[in-house]
Amino acid sequence: MGVWQSYRMRLRRKRAKARAFRKHFSLTPVANRTEKIRPGDILLFSTLRDEHIRLPYFLKYYREMGVSHFLIVDNDSTDGGAEYLAQQDDVSLWSTKSSYKRSRFGVDWLNWLQQKYGHDHWTLVVDADEFFVYPFCDTRPIRALTDWLDSSQVKSFGAMLLDMYPKGRIDAVPYQAGQNPLEIAAWFDPGNYVIAKNKFYGNVWIQGGPRARVFFPDAPKKAPALNKTPLVKWDRRYAYESSTHMLLPRGLNLTYDEWGGEKASGILLHAKFLDTFTAKAAEELTRRQHYSASVEYKAYARTVQENPELWCKWSEKYINWRQLEILGLMSKGNWA
Amino acid sequence: MGVGIIMLVHTAFGRAEQVARHWAAAGCPLVIHVDKAVPRKTYDAFVNALSDMPDVRFAKRHRCEWGTWGLVAATQDAAKIMLRDFADVRHVYLASGSCLPLRPVQELIDYLAKRPHTDFIESATTADVPWTMGGLDQERFTLRFPFSWRNQRYLFDKYVALQRILRFKRRIPNGIVPHMGSQWWCLTRQTLSAILQDPERDTYDRYFSKVWIPDESYFQTLVRQYSRQIESRSLTLSKFDYQGKPHIFYDDHLQLLRRSDCFVARKIWPFADRLYQAFLTDQAGAMNRTEPNPGKIDRIFAKAVERRTRGRPGLYMQSRFPVEGRENGLTCAQYSVFEGFSDLFENFEPWLAKMTGMRVHGHLFAPERAAFSEGQTVMNGALSDSAALRDYNPRAFLASLIWNTRGERQCFQFGPRDKQKIEWEIAKDPNAQISVISGAWAVPLFKSNRNFSDIRREAALLQRVESKHLEVLRSQWTKARVRIWTMAEFIEAPMEPLQTIIDEIGQQNLRGLAEVPRMTDLSGFGQFLQNLKNQGMHPYLMGDFPIEHRLHEPQQNQRKPYLVR
Repeated sequence: MGVWQSYRMRLRRKRAKARAFRKHFSLTPVANRTEKIRPGDILLFSTLRDEHIRLPYFLKYYREMGVSHFLIVDNDSTDGGAEYLAQQDDVSLWSTKSSYKRSRFGVDWLNWLQQKYGHDHWTLVVDADEFFVYPFCDTRPIRALTDWLDSSQVKSFGAMLLDMYPKGRIDAVPYQAGQNPLEIAAWFDPGNYVIAKNKFYGNVWIQGGPRARVFFPDAPKKAPALNKTPLVKWDRRYAYESSTHMLLPRGLNLTYDEWGGEKASGILLHAKFLDTFTAKAAEELTRRQHYSASVEYKAYARTVQENPELWCKWSEKYINWRQLEILGLMSKGNWA
Repeated sequence: MGVGIIMLVHTAFGRAEQVARHWAAAGCPLVIHVDKAVPRKTYDAFVNALSDMPDVRFAKRHRCEWGTWGLVAATQDAAKIMLRDFADVRHVYLASGSCLPLRPVQELIDYLAKRPHTDFIESATTADVPWTMGGLDQERFTLRFPFSWRNQRYLFDKYVALQRILRFKRRIPNGIVPHMGSQWWCLTRQTLSAILQDPERDTYDRYFSKVWIPDESYFQTLVRQYSRQIESRSLTLSKFDYQGKPHIFYDDHLQLLRRSDCFVARKIWPFADRLYQAFLTDQAGAMNRTEPNPGKIDRIFAKAVERRTRGRPGLYMQSRFPVEGRENGLTCAQYSVFEGFSDLFENFEPWLAKMTGMRVHGHLFAPERAAFSEGQTVMNGALSDSAALRDYNPRAFLASLIWNTRGERQCFQFGPRDKQKIEWEIAKDPNAQISVISGAWAVPLFKSNRNFSDIRREAALLQRVESKHLEVLRSQWTKARVRIWTMAEFIEAPMEPLQTIIDEIGQQNLRGLAEVPRMTDLSGFGQFLQNLKNQGMHPYLMGDFPIEHRLHEPQQNQRKPYLVR
């Protein structure tokens, strides 16, 4: 990397930091319990809007995994989710009515919170419909993973987004609060992903899955990116550049091996396609607060009206992380 | 009484205390060394916690950074205290705070009592072991290493490079032969005291303090001078990953550790409650005695190293995306590509599927869609037949298809009408078996009911495409097993090549092909080619076809379709 390039990288990182600073004025603390955070705690950061129904299970899932504190930005929810979160002992809540899009889909807000509270902690950035799975997650708490990463001097851990969907119509089974959404959205595409390398940021760019297969069969380039780096040993100098797809400094994006070996990696089970999705897609269409003028949601709305079924004969039913490992979607790497 | 424990601790003091009490409960005296990097307060609390134990001593604290002399100095001091204060001790066992006794301590005591003169220490000459890190094997004894490998890597590397340029070499004192091995040993009083009281010790200490990773070579080398009987193995189970860092044991390793034949395991995750609970119970009987099977542990950890360094061939995923040339297999299994066969034979695909049991696809790279077998629109792995998705990354498409169908050999048709972008990937792939009947693309044109000028234009195009493709297949970079016949050559004796291809695929069919595919009727094909020539388009890829093709004449009188014999 030349001097000029690394300087450009630095500028980008500084710009992301400046944005985070600028946008943090729109955050109002609702419940700040960050004084409870102890050194070594694993922290979860999230932005959400109208996800009340998902929250009980979401919190339970990550509490059991060993997350100590949740730092959440509520973007103008109207379904009572904010009040629910404010009552939780291990949640610190900020609220904002500002534009989700103009905070680069929440990245600026979270970059700020991570800079302020995440320094020297392992931080997990996920949405309310994303469930993190890592090797041995059924027998080892997340602390085992982060300890191991620490001892291997690894600072970031990749986890690809895996879209989960139900068999039959998306809206056939109504989701109940507290229920494991993966009971309904239990299926996924096991082997139709394409990978390219982003030479500038050094991350891999993954597309594919049911969204490419059903919503973008004729325009694969528009299909959403699935690569994510949600788990990072945060330093106040770091910044997410675009959602959790890319990080700066870009060395953090090297969560893959280029010499034939496999690094350890996880999966974010993306339980987006529940009955709640149809309404959400319609709303997002009018709000236009999502990526690239909500092109994704336009495609969804079109297809979902016609045939809201993502399931196909070759869909695989989710069992556990070992299944994902055998399928080659994630890897144990060197961890045994 | 007979075994004393030296324990090196730098973290997880709660666990270290627990283990110390476990050792002490079996009557083993302990000398504990705490890393100097540990804050005073923590250290005092730890000393205080163990103050009720009469047979516990604390050694002078050294700074123990990985790979530095501090670890050896700490061990020396602790050993001196052990030998001075506990006269009954016959064997000294070096352990760490994250070690966990797997078998009742009494068993270890009995075991060592039966071997009063044996030193258990892994000790091998550098030439004979593959474990060395960073390519420094013999050099770790002949260069100087004043910089930390962990924190001053740049200086470390540069200084090594400089010494190599200057051909700097240290002299190894007194002609000792450097040995290496696991730093967790168990030595007899005689051997250990001989090492510590050696009149030349200052010389050795000076020398080893500048060696790289002296804790893996100091005792391992010097023990060769004095020991009466060396058993070159460690009683501590310790597995190392590809970076030379110890693997860590967790709760889910419980059954595995029960089957180990080692006395002590390292390194245990401090929060592995179940492990500590299971192995630190007082009753010897509390432990489920199972037949030792250390091989299983070896396999699991060897596999982890291989997964990390070599990965699964043919897999492209989020954490394995090799640069070109390092794939270690472009695809994960063998597959076959047939070019021209389905043009020449009417029922080639069903016939091939029946003969070989392979999954036979049509033209996977056809411009309209990927023609999966049996007309499926989605294949294994939910792979879509959309041409746009496939052409977005044809290489990923093929690699996914082969990966998703592991265990079932794939085979597909290819030809000049298809998207050619994939040709290099196939040609470079040693897993590909490519069989070509060149010029067979003319047969569908010959059969078609189109204007001759269109046919001529298309024939010219297809010939250009195929000729370029054949160049690729004949290039020096091609790794696939390629066979090319001209069409004329092939139809002279079709069964022979077919048999060869199918034999190479290696299916069960040993008796020869029971059934033959039906060749399309070619009468008039020679004239068709001549017509193309007359129009100024010279079809040459199919070889020399006489205008009147003798071979095919008799069949005009037959009512049965032509069968190849």
